[in-house]
Amino acid sequence: MKAEQNEKALLQGLANNDKKAIETIYKTNYNMVQALVINNNGSADDAKDIFQEAMIVLYEKVKTGTFELNCLIKTYVYSVSRRLWLKRLLHQNKYSLSGDHDELHAVPEEDMEEHERLDTEYTMMEKAVNTLGEPCKSLLEAFYMQKKNMQEIALSFGYTNAENAKNQKYKCLMRLKKVFFTQYKTD
Amino acid sequence: MDDIKLLEAVEQYINGQMSTDERVYFEQLRKSNPEIDQLVVEHTFFLHQMNRFDETRKLKHRLNDVHIELAEKGLIKSAKLKGQAKVVYLYNRYKRVTAIAASIAGITALAISGLFIYLSPAKQKGEIEFLSGEIKAIKNQSRQQTKEINNIKENIKVSPATTITYRTGGTGFLIDSKGYIVTNAHVVEGAHNVAVQNAGGTEFTVRVVYTDVQRDLAILKVEDNTFKVQAPIPYSIKKASADIAEPIYTLGYPQRTDIVYGEGYLAAKTGFDGDTLTCQISIAANPGNSGGPIINRNGEVIGILSARQLSAEGAVFATQSKYIYNALKQLQKDTTYQKIKLPATSSLKGADRMQQVKKISDYVYMVKVN
Repeated sequence: MKAEQNEKALLQGLANNDKKAIETIYKTNYNMVQALVINNNGSADDAKDIFQEAMIVLYEKVKTGTFELNCLIKTYVYSVSRRLWLKRLLHQNKYSLSGDHDELHAVPEEDMEEHERLDTEYTMMEKAVNTLGEPCKSLLEAFYMQKKNMQEIALSFGYTNAENAKNQKYKCLMRLKKVFFTQYKTD
Repeated sequence: MDDIKLLEAVEQYINGQMSTDERVYFEQLRKSNPEIDQLVVEHTFFLHQMNRFDETRKLKHRLNDVHIELAEKGLIKSAKLKGQAKVVYLYNRYKRVTAIAASIAGITALAISGLFIYLSPAKQKGEIEFLSGEIKAIKNQSRQQTKEINNIKENIKVSPATTITYRTGGTGFLIDSKGYIVTNAHVVEGAHNVAVQNAGGTEFTVRVVYTDVQRDLAILKVEDNTFKVQAPIPYSIKKASADIAEPIYTLGYPQRTDIVYGEGYLAAKTGFDGDTLTCQISIAANPGNSGGPIINRNGEVIGILSARQLSAEGAVFATQSKYIYNALKQLQKDTTYQKIKLPATSSLKGADRMQQVKKISDYVYMVKVN
């Protein structure tokens, strides 16, 4: 009973970006995933990538707020990692993951599809942001992500007043939206 | 201008920052004007995308930080597969191949030695004895030489017992955990004794094993037995040249005993007057910073700070890091230094600046001369 509550608290922590919770999940599961990857033609760097992606899948899942934990975090992370690694091996034509795949059913297919969708969207936004250049990039990040107000931004970016900063921010945002939606629509 | 105001209104509406009146008015506007309605839908989606991008990116950074921290504390099996873990990994990966290769090699060796014993003539004993006799003679000779050397040493030993007072010279950083440190040639120029001091204040005597005045490079070797072999060096030495405007930072001891951090950017790929050996950087530096590492955001050393041309108004110059490789090649003509290996991969990629600096400062030394 207590273990179950513990797991719930950990997931809650992950959803809130709590460092302690992330550390705990990381600590208890990383070696397992690393062993899986290394025993199946992977390197430690691959293991790190795969594990962190699995953590992101878990994060996306708990973020939806409708996550019902019907298995242990360990099982979930393991099967997601296994799927991700399998996919990467297939991609490199090096498929050699041995054994049956019963435990893969711990993760519904929809979870993986959802993750793939979110991942492409993330890459699109990343690409779009990177085409911006400075000061646009920092300007938008300051406003939309760090939630600074226009006065602060004008001051730290050296605009004469908030109105000027607002104009500049608008132009930058339009550029970002254009790049993002062009990608989004062609995909 | 109207577009800007409209967007601002849309954002206020989405974020729920409107008063009830404004809200009612805006909702009516939305109903009557499909373009505005479209904008609201589109912008809500876009803001949502941006938010999620930011959250995921933050999580990725956090995961990276956690990974580095846990690996450092040994709570997860080491990230970079250093030392033993790497051996285990390679062993697992290649054990079958190795086993087959080893057994083939073993069988071949047995077969060949069998053949050899069978075929070779059974003489040569005299020759062997002759050789061992010669070795004996050489042994005696070297014993005598050691005795003489020891005598000479004892005679000399009286002088260096006096305490040496050093003055601060500059900064240096480790390029091989066996105790090889790079600094500027001008820092150790004309020095009788050289020592280094780490961030913790412990002092080690060093010997200058290589200098190149033209490139302003010197390599020092720690001579103290108390110097412990450090954990693998976290940063790497970059072979390629860096890019203009690349953000960089340095650590050094500008005439004080505390390590000091400074940041700036690469200003030009060449140095003073188009000098191709150096590059120009824009960073706050003082004379004691000489010899300090110039590091980029991936934790790669791209140069060695050499403040020798400070006359040119605030511009600082750095020797390009590729010359460390050249210097090492020169040094390795002497076989004693064959085992020096420069760190080729940086384990700091993706770590934030504070963590990088924390890890690097253990490998940056104050160079003291007298």
